[in-house]
Amino acid sequence: MTQTQSAPSEAPEREVAICARGIVRDFEAGQSTIRVLHGIDTDIQPGEMTYVVGESGSGKTTLISIMCGILWPTEGEVRVFGTDIYNLSDTELVNFRLENIGFIFQQYNLIPSIDAAANAAVPLIAQGMALEPARRKAIELLDALNIGDQANKLPKQLSGGQQQRVAIARALVHEPRLVVCDEPTAALDAKSGRRVMDLLREVAVAEDRACIIVTHDNRIFDLADRILVLEDGRVTHDGTEMPDDH
Amino acid sequence: MLTGDAQKFYGLLFGIGFSTLLITQQLTIFVNLIERGASGVYNVPTAKVWVMDPVSRTTDVNYAMPSTALDQVRSVPGVEWAVPHLRATAAVRTGTGDLEGVSIIGVDDATLIGLPKNLVEGSLDVFAQPDTVVIDDVGINNMFEDGTDPIGQRLELNDQRAVIRGVADAIPSFTSQVTLYTKYSQALNYVPGTRNRMSFVLAGISDGETAEGVADRIEEQTGLKAETRDELAQAGVDFIIQNTGIPTNFGITVLLGFIVGVAIVGLTFSLFIRDNIKQFGALKAIGVTNAKIIRMVAVQAGLVGFIGYAIGVLGTVGFLAAFSGNPFFKGFYIPWQIPLISLGSVIVILAITGFIAIRSVLRTEPAAVFR
Repeated sequence: MTQTQSAPSEAPEREVAICARGIVRDFEAGQSTIRVLHGIDTDIQPGEMTYVVGESGSGKTTLISIMCGILWPTEGEVRVFGTDIYNLSDTELVNFRLENIGFIFQQYNLIPSIDAAANAAVPLIAQGMALEPARRKAIELLDALNIGDQANKLPKQLSGGQQQRVAIARALVHEPRLVVCDEPTAALDAKSGRRVMDLLREVAVAEDRACIIVTHDNRIFDLADRILVLEDGRVTHDGTEMPDDH
Repeated sequence: MLTGDAQKFYGLLFGIGFSTLLITQQLTIFVNLIERGASGVYNVPTAKVWVMDPVSRTTDVNYAMPSTALDQVRSVPGVEWAVPHLRATAAVRTGTGDLEGVSIIGVDDATLIGLPKNLVEGSLDVFAQPDTVVIDDVGINNMFEDGTDPIGQRLELNDQRAVIRGVADAIPSFTSQVTLYTKYSQALNYVPGTRNRMSFVLAGISDGETAEGVADRIEEQTGLKAETRDELAQAGVDFIIQNTGIPTNFGITVLLGFIVGVAIVGLTFSLFIRDNIKQFGALKAIGVTNAKIIRMVAVQAGLVGFIGYAIGVLGTVGFLAAFSGNPFFKGFYIPWQIPLISLGSVIVILAITGFIAIRSVLRTEPAAVFR
């Protein structure tokens, strides 16, 4: 088993996107406690598409939930672009997520009763932007994702791939510095999945933006800049390619 | 979210609309029904003060006074005029041989004070003819169900002859019993002979006097009971509330309307939240605060509630319009307080069900969206 977990840099040349130190997470299960993450230390760099892969139950979803500020670690510290996010108050953390993080969910989780443009505009509206300018900005992004002509359609009128593009637009519309994707290709066929990942690489990866993708879809492993492999709550591999034994 | 889910949207509309309809319609019928306990007062708009025996309670529950009471009242300062008024019940035999219980109302021979304001058919001149009675318009439906023209019909009242020569536009009594108006002197012939038969003395008040002041003065100087129009009307309403099961029965129906509303709206709300819990989780993960989610749900629930409420109130208006030709509903109206009570009920229904449903959203951790 390869253990090439990146050592924390003493003096990074550029700002690290995520700096996680000693992340431990326990879950209560009846009267027993299950440790899902065992003291993970890792840095996520901007400008990279980082995959977090592993079998079901390996702790990858728990890890990215902690990294993006929606699940408190039992122990450890997470800095996102220098901000110790779990030292923020609840309100500050919510606002931090709203300003700095974009989410792409496995099931898209689009709001069924509003059209694609409004769905994509949700983060802007939540930030307080008026509906019309928020929609205009969302439509610009939908245009860039080649579904501008679907802007007025409800999610149920769109295909899976189109819904995923709307979800990508929603994740990027407010220009976050961190994009977190949970199994973005799980509900898509191989061709659509590949297209979505190409698209994500094209629009989500930027010099000042980090992109973390949780996946176990081996069809897209070749698109990663860096792959973290989790097994039983520990990072067992950290490299640019999947280890041979996977 | 809510408005985009047609099934749940219409489910909520139905729940709110049905609940509003039930509450508004039942309260409207209740209020109008108990107000009929005051119809005897409302039908005599000119009398400002009603004088009666101290044991009398309402226009229908009265104890006759000696005729000398009329002069006593007339002698009280502030009383501009005073007339005798008789209210009694009798059995009448119709031309077809049917027996019907009727109210006999004897109005002042000279001034005809005691009559309703308007006659639908006939004129006041008919009282100059012998044996004249005027029937109330709702009574026609009870006594002449076959559509026979009541004018000219002869009746037998306690072995006395009576001829219907007019129809009065009157507010029906609580029991919708047939009411026959006749001159006081004639009424004395129609009701069984007892020593005292004058039920009330109706009084007008002089300029500069108040009804309350004159009533107090009458009570002081005569020892009789004197009430203003409003007081006697309220006494009639109170009598029905205290002596019938109507408030309880209508109260149960209104409560059922509320419970049905809570059940339907609560169930639909819960289904809506359950079906959209992932979307709510996603919004929370993105950074939408609980307060914004509550506002979002509240605005949508408010919109659905308002539309449902409007449907319910309009349904009640439609109901009254549809049954306006039915004598039972004559003069029914929706007091302005009732739509407000319904609105309050709708707000409470939405608040209770919304609070219960939204708790699961507030408890949902944003991380649940990744599971």
